[in-house]
Amino acid sequence: MSGSFRGMDVVSIRDFSREQLEHVLKVAEKMVPIAKGEEKSSLLEGKILGSLFYEPSTRTRLSFEAAMARLGGRTLGFDEPKGSSVAKGETLADTIRMVDSYSDVIVLRHPQEGAARLAAHFANKPVLNAGDGAGQHPTQTMLDLFTIKKLKSKIEGNHVAILGDLKYGRTVHSLSEALSMFGAELTFVAPPTLQMPKEHLKRIEGMGTKPKISSSLEDVIKDADVLYVTRIQKERFPDPAEYQKVAGLYKVDMNMLRNAKKDLIIMHPLPRVTEIDPEVDQTEHAKYFEQAFNGVPVRMALLSLVLGGSK
Amino acid sequence: MKEFKVTPIRNGTVIDHIDVGMALKVLRIIGVKEDVSSTVSVLIHVPSKKAGWKDIVKIEDRELDPKELDKVALISPDATINIIRDYNVAEKFVVEVPSKVKGIMKCSNPGCITNKNEPVEAEFEVESKKPISLRCVYCDRITTDVSDNIV
Repeated sequence: MSGSFRGMDVVSIRDFSREQLEHVLKVAEKMVPIAKGEEKSSLLEGKILGSLFYEPSTRTRLSFEAAMARLGGRTLGFDEPKGSSVAKGETLADTIRMVDSYSDVIVLRHPQEGAARLAAHFANKPVLNAGDGAGQHPTQTMLDLFTIKKLKSKIEGNHVAILGDLKYGRTVHSLSEALSMFGAELTFVAPPTLQMPKEHLKRIEGMGTKPKISSSLEDVIKDADVLYVTRIQKERFPDPAEYQKVAGLYKVDMNMLRNAKKDLIIMHPLPRVTEIDPEVDQTEHAKYFEQAFNGVPVRMALLSLVLGGSK
Repeated sequence: MKEFKVTPIRNGTVIDHIDVGMALKVLRIIGVKEDVSSTVSVLIHVPSKKAGWKDIVKIEDRELDPKELDKVALISPDATINIIRDYNVAEKFVVEVPSKVKGIMKCSNPGCITNKNEPVEAEFEVESKKPISLRCVYCDRITTDVSDNIV
């Protein structure tokens, strides 16, 4: 297995088999004590992460930096293109070729879809996609899988309800495909205008899962083992009027949770706005902060695997 | 007696069995414009034994290159190419939809990185040949309307 990861790009969840994903989760599990600072590691000592964030990010960027630092490596890069050569009109291809020569691994977030694939094309070093526009965000999917597996002991057979913006939300597309690969039951909860695109539904069905479609959270919540909530992202809507129609349509609050299973876990890629009431944070259901922490061990696992530090 | 609506050509290419209604798009994608220097005949809505109706394009003094043949295949996968030399059919073959498409069309996704000022040509995997469906290697967007995206 180790040979298949060294030098590998992490661009899309579709590039991974179930066996490979399981291996990432297994390595991530071993990273937890290091991620928490309970153990020290020098696995990636002397290695440099080139971190290119063309779009704002809090969790993804910081967790990659934390992951690199916990393993003894260092990070260089930028968190906004302003002030860099990008602002002078440099192509992504040129920026990547330059950073490729300064670092051992590259993390890229970019507003254009397909940017990570392009970066992987021009870089000799491994490229990890930290989100490309409305496209892929594979490390988020891996940390989501890790969270479900850790809290539910397995992914297979769990009923996962995915709520919110299923049309524009990039995390839900990769996640639903991966969950389908692992044999989870899926229900997509969204208003008809924000439902899962047909193209994705077809792909998921092709993997053997027949997802349920609903617009009512009340109907779905009582049977769910996992409720995956997403923010309706204003910035992804081409038409502000369409956003206004659906903003604030769903709210997970104590009232909504009264019929939920006792061991229902609620996840959210964060940041949240109003879709989860802060009161819910105090319940045993709320796992989104733990999920955010899991980004660190999962990204540690990926960095060490692609750099050959882990087997 | 057989009636010829268009006379045979001496040298050039006859693209036969074009999906009905696609002839003008075929002309566009192979770059036949008003400044064309040889005779081009276009037959639209011609009875066909195979498909009921078809279109035909005859281009004198020109043979299509492999890239142009791929373009024709993408918008009319059953088209037949007849290369005519000195009034005889020198070669005859059905176009073949390639499994990969590169440098022929742009991605239909305006947000795709290949539509920005980057030094790459859009590249596609052919997911389905009939009906045609192409997946962008970069952004994963599926394109079914090839003729609108031909470069």
